[in-house]
Amino acid sequence: MIEAAGLTKHYGTTVAVDDLSFTVEAGRVTGFLGPNGAGKSTTMRMILGLDTPNKGRALIDGKPYVELKRPLGTVGALLDAKWVHPNRSARSHLRWLAKSNHISYQRVDEVLEMVGLTAVAHRNAGGFSLGMAQRLGIAGALLGDPSVLLFDEPVNGLDPEGIVWIRQFMHRLAGEGRTVLVSSHLLSEMAQTAQDLIVIGRGKLIAQTSTDQFIKDATEDSVRVRSPHADKLRELLDGSAAVTDDAVDGALVVHGMDPASIGELAAANGVVLHELSPTRGSLEEAFMQLTKESVEYHGA
Amino acid sequence: MTLLAVERIKLFSTRSPWWCMALAMVITIGMAALISANTDDRFPLTVSVSQGFSNFGMVVIMVMAALAVTTEYRFGTIRATFLAVPGRVQALLAKTAVVALLAGVVGEAVAFGSWGIGTLIKPDADMAINSSAEWRNVAGTGLVFALAAVLAVAVGVLVRQTAGAVAILLVYTMLVESLIGLIPTLGQKIQRWLPFQNSTNFQTAGNESFMNETGGLDYPFGPWGSLVYFAAICVGLLVVALVVAKRRDA
Repeated sequence: MIEAAGLTKHYGTTVAVDDLSFTVEAGRVTGFLGPNGAGKSTTMRMILGLDTPNKGRALIDGKPYVELKRPLGTVGALLDAKWVHPNRSARSHLRWLAKSNHISYQRVDEVLEMVGLTAVAHRNAGGFSLGMAQRLGIAGALLGDPSVLLFDEPVNGLDPEGIVWIRQFMHRLAGEGRTVLVSSHLLSEMAQTAQDLIVIGRGKLIAQTSTDQFIKDATEDSVRVRSPHADKLRELLDGSAAVTDDAVDGALVVHGMDPASIGELAAANGVVLHELSPTRGSLEEAFMQLTKESVEYHGA
Repeated sequence: MTLLAVERIKLFSTRSPWWCMALAMVITIGMAALISANTDDRFPLTVSVSQGFSNFGMVVIMVMAALAVTTEYRFGTIRATFLAVPGRVQALLAKTAVVALLAGVVGEAVAFGSWGIGTLIKPDADMAINSSAEWRNVAGTGLVFALAAVLAVAVGVLVRQTAGAVAILLVYTMLVESLIGLIPTLGQKIQRWLPFQNSTNFQTAGNESFMNETGGLDYPFGPWGSLVYFAAICVGLLVVALVVAKRRDA
């Protein structure tokens, strides 16, 4: 379990993380969601003791990271897959990590097998593709068989096969009862990976909720209706539902009434319908709506 | 002990330390061979002459020591290290110890290699290591290399960038210390307090030859005092670097 309480980090006058508090439960994949520059990486670095918060603190299973005796046995982290020496072999990279936390070299071979890098373990990490580097990073995170795992944007730049592999891997880790925190700036990705969400923007907490609840709240159902008697239908609907016009084809967009009720209302009043189709608001749209205020860099 | 093993694995699982060690030995011993072959009755080969180029090797080893730190910052492995070993001071001390030990071994290899090649090239020259001053000149090289490596690690931790750290070390050791002596009246008064002047004093005091004419520097210490002074500066800078690394965001 990870607990953050009032985490705050300034860089000069810029506030990167602003009084951020949340908890990450064991046995679930928790998504850490926010636009680029929202403070996700900074928060993770503070949880891991790399950066010192100006205020607040982060605890892992009740202890600050720097007080963990064999940290790799408690927490596995993949913050940046490029944190390897390019001229060092994958196996040597894992071996020095293992040695530092009294982990056997046998375990090094086990995690290499787990992520499918056994065949290239002798090769220098600098020659690895991004997907292979991510796998090596995950192998390093799993080395100490930790109960808490943190991954920063693990699917960035991966091919679809790699994305599916990582997604399944995280579910398996959470299924084993581990705490898994995964950051991403893509809600669509998180919707498929995470059971819980922590959403931040400009360093502030926007929401902490289950993914299903977040999507339900954030996306609103509406119904598109096309009719030659549009004006009459609009009058009928007035009062019981909100009606707007689709700017492109002039169809009516009805909010707050389900398609069946609209169809029945139309039939009872002899209104001909050419189209009656329910639509779901897109996740990305909803996410952008939510974080619009808190995006750091706007396009022109 | 574990941390020393970790740093040993890190250092030896990349190629650059091997290259630096080889380069340090080839340059220094090669120069010693060259000068040995060109000595004659007017400029006779002595133990001191064979040791005249140890600074070449020392500079290369300092580059290696700085690289051992700056490449970790460059590739982010320092963060991986601090994740695995949250006690940053212990982690960096272990690195310093491994690098310094290696530098010391290279220093001895360079010194005895230079001496050995001299005796091979000019078997008739007086190359016996008799006096304590001569022993200091040869065997003391390892101590100087090890301490210089500590200083280079400290500079690496403080600067964090390879280009910057290497530039500072090269310019300082090769130019600044000797050029300060050119400042009228004041120059030599400053110079006698500079760290590498004192490490040179430790190696060469009592070993004057045509290679190192006594520059008239009035050192504040004797040879061993100079070494202690040099060590204090190296260790002092390391302490500053460790405090900075502990406080700074990784």
